[in-house]
Amino acid sequence: MKIDRRSFLSFVIGGAAGTALTPLPWKLTDDISIWTQNWPWTPVPPKGEITYVSSTCTLCPGGCGISVRKVEDRVVKIEGLKGHPVNDGSVCILGAAGTQFLYGPMRVTGPMKKVNGAWQEISWKQAVEEVAVKLTELRGKGQPQSLAWVSDTDRGTTAELCKRFLTVYGSPNFVRAASIQDAYETALYLTQGNRAMAGFDLARATYVLSFGSGLLEGWGSAPFIFKTKNRMQKSGGKVDQIESRLSKTAAKADRWIPLAPGTEGALALGLVHVILKEGLYRKEFVGEHCAGLEGLKKAAGAAYAPEAVAKTTGVEANTIVELARTFAGAAKPLAVNGRGKGQLPGSLQETLAVHYLNALVGAVNQPGGVVAVPEPDYIDWPEPEMDAVASKGMQQPRLDGAGGKSFPQTRYLANRLPEVIHAAATSPVQVLFVSSSNPAYTLLDTQNAEKALQKIPLIVSFSPFMDETAAMAHYILPNHTYLERFEDVPAAAGFPKPILGLTRPVVAPLFDTKHTGDVVLELAKALGGTVAAAFAWESFAACLQETLGSMWQTLKKDGYWVDTAFAPPAFETASHKFEFTNAEIGKLPAYTPFRAPGDAQSFPLTLVPFDSMRLTGGWVGSPPFLVKAVEDTILKKDLVLVEVNPATARELGIADGATALLSTPTGSAIVKVNLWEGIMPGLIGMVRGLGHTAWDRFLAGKGVNVNRLMKPVEDPGTGFEAAWGVRAKLTKA
Amino acid sequence: MDQPNFKKFGMVIDLDKCTGCGACMVACMAENNVAFREDETDKMLSISWMRIYRLTNGKAFPNSEECFLPRPCQQCEGHHGHSPCVSVCPATATDYDMKTGIVSQIPTRCFGCRYCMASCPYHVRQFNWWDPVWPEGMERSLNPNVSVRMRGIVEKCCFCFHRYQAAMDQAYVEGRRDLEEHEYQTACTQACPAGAIVFGDLNNPGHTVHQLAQPDPDREGRPRNPKAFRLLERLGTNPKVYYLTGRDWVRKAGDNEVKKS
Repeated sequence: MKIDRRSFLSFVIGGAAGTALTPLPWKLTDDISIWTQNWPWTPVPPKGEITYVSSTCTLCPGGCGISVRKVEDRVVKIEGLKGHPVNDGSVCILGAAGTQFLYGPMRVTGPMKKVNGAWQEISWKQAVEEVAVKLTELRGKGQPQSLAWVSDTDRGTTAELCKRFLTVYGSPNFVRAASIQDAYETALYLTQGNRAMAGFDLARATYVLSFGSGLLEGWGSAPFIFKTKNRMQKSGGKVDQIESRLSKTAAKADRWIPLAPGTEGALALGLVHVILKEGLYRKEFVGEHCAGLEGLKKAAGAAYAPEAVAKTTGVEANTIVELARTFAGAAKPLAVNGRGKGQLPGSLQETLAVHYLNALVGAVNQPGGVVAVPEPDYIDWPEPEMDAVASKGMQQPRLDGAGGKSFPQTRYLANRLPEVIHAAATSPVQVLFVSSSNPAYTLLDTQNAEKALQKIPLIVSFSPFMDETAAMAHYILPNHTYLERFEDVPAAAGFPKPILGLTRPVVAPLFDTKHTGDVVLELAKALGGTVAAAFAWESFAACLQETLGSMWQTLKKDGYWVDTAFAPPAFETASHKFEFTNAEIGKLPAYTPFRAPGDAQSFPLTLVPFDSMRLTGGWVGSPPFLVKAVEDTILKKDLVLVEVNPATARELGIADGATALLSTPTGSAIVKVNLWEGIMPGLIGMVRGLGHTAWDRFLAGKGVNVNRLMKPVEDPGTGFEAAWGVRAKLTKA
Repeated sequence: MDQPNFKKFGMVIDLDKCTGCGACMVACMAENNVAFREDETDKMLSISWMRIYRLTNGKAFPNSEECFLPRPCQQCEGHHGHSPCVSVCPATATDYDMKTGIVSQIPTRCFGCRYCMASCPYHVRQFNWWDPVWPEGMERSLNPNVSVRMRGIVEKCCFCFHRYQAAMDQAYVEGRRDLEEHEYQTACTQACPAGAIVFGDLNNPGHTVHQLAQPDPDREGRPRNPKAFRLLERLGTNPKVYYLTGRDWVRKAGDNEVKKS
């Protein structure tokens, strides 16, 4: 047969039409799409029975109730606990990412020892024995006080066990990591005589004046503050934010009042001045419940007249007068302070100035005001017997200087440890225990802090995660995560009532980890003598159950207990009144705004850290979901973006998105520039929480740890970390 | 199409309450098995069913203002269920459910042509350029009620439809044929610590969303509440997500009227 053009075309067209009529091409397309989607490595989560467990989140001091969803023995989701007094069903971004702390790659899976710079897995028996040998040695040398313990909390059964251990061992050096709590506790003690935490009755306030507090950045318990703030604003209340940067709080405030950073205290005293001068204070409250008004008049004298304050703060004099009138004239005014999330205590005088404002308008222990929430007292163990070594050790002054001659009112000064270690020829801290704290990341001038930590011969980390301090430790004795252990959580940051939450194991421990409370018991047993005798409990669980007594059943059933009938304690000062001045307050140096450290000539700009809900800045690093949620105006590839006002950038000749070199007196880093009209000219804003070197591959190596570029500033009189910024320079790179 | 028993699930987001914290994003990721990669800073490639946009008023310091706009799938109804994405899908992988008003997305049907992405005016739909990979052990946190998506397909928010199914199952077991408002809530609504997101049936005058948005049935659901608006209203997509704000510049930004500075 001859193949001509006609038959060829007939064959091709006919064949194509025939094929198209068969299901073949469609079947093939379908098969290909199914085949390309059925990779065996795409996980298929197994089905199973769904259950919920109520617990308490411990990822921050917020004390929120959580409801953990399980499918068989897997934790799949964390939600807020409905009806919980703090968060009532909602959850913050970190809490929602909680499962990643259980299953994530940042976990330490068992006890480890560093041998020649490399981690070696060891048994718990060996770990406890080896640490106990070192501790016995130290005691033998009569230096028990050179054991120090850094922890993020000094409350709850675990913390009390740690403190008890130090006491019978002979060391006064239990150190709580710094936060705005330090300043508030001291302020409450000095003016009201109460050993208490500060709670804020935001729900019943009608006007909130915030001196830079990141109410929407994680100040206090985020879900509690968010909700009550919104509820209050929707029912006609107002919030004014005083801050040098348009933070999320400022963006959602009724008014944003920019001021020169670090001068918040001066503005507060300026308001005090106007309120006193114009007689705007609540005479009934002040007359009946306050003492020392004359002293306050002197402290907020002519130096704090509006014109003078305007010069210091950059806030116009008539705005200051108007603010004072608005504040004093509001039905239920409330002033709050503590920058950002409140991770640093700052200047005590600043907190005092803000607290005076509250007292002048009767917003102390009153509805809508600051409430003194007494420290929990349910942990009531018999006094332990101490041997001679312990008694002698306990009489030694604290290494951080807290409570000593220079800082009589302070309880803990973690920020002073690097300085104290560097000052001595051999480190006064011979053994450092670190539990839920990450000083190698959070201390300012991090490199200097790291060098100090390197001088400590033995660091033992109890962290369940590979954080920076764990990475540089000699031993890691990993705790269970909060989803695998019991813990009592007394208090929720900023919540105006006493509350006790129970954290409970949602799943059995995944790895070879151990509750830090149990490790303390084992260490005590290994040390023997009076140390062992001080701990009569068989296990942490037994200790907790016995300690909580009758409350155990309530907690097991509801997950929390709240004192609904709570009334704030009476003032316990000598005068039984709120004291604006007294002998102790008189001893403190007067308020002065701190300058950002560094030479203004070579560093013409100022670097100010800011907080974000989408990044943690504390001891807990950010899990992968948070890193994923970080805005591209904060992180681009591995570079952090710093906020610069376009006017400042123009002067520097730096364009939006440009790469630049940021230097401060303590170091330098490559950053990207994000031009933003929400930051005051002359400032550089950088987020807290990046620049991790340890943790996991989703977080490590991204951006810059702003603490590394900061320089500590000591608040005279208290020793608190008072740095809010540092001088800086930005050059084209 | 609005038959009496038909629901029209919708959302009202109060932008004056939203703090931009991102809890909704992460609650959604955890609920819906959204994968994560080491570098998620290129937001064009980063998959997040809920995304928070940042709006600014463009004014100089200190008159600058900022607002955050959470953007789930807008669940467009278009004209009688012709949502922009549904009408272009050649694989029937996405469909408009008349009973709930939810635009579905069926991963195993999608073959990744991405027509829907091109047609969605809200950038809601996202493509899986990579295999989803969980670090060893982390796949244990996956939710069995939501399929894990594979490389080469498009995914998007479905108003946590599996939660609707679970709630309906429960209701059937209890002999009911209808849901209470609180029984079906999306993960983002439940998480929102600011109380900014409200979810419910826009057809039900008893539901908060209806009261807040006050949809006008004669004008394809346009809000009668002067504080409420929908994104890109003039496109006629007839979406079911309403936004509330007291600020004019934010409302204007919602219809893309702000000139680029």
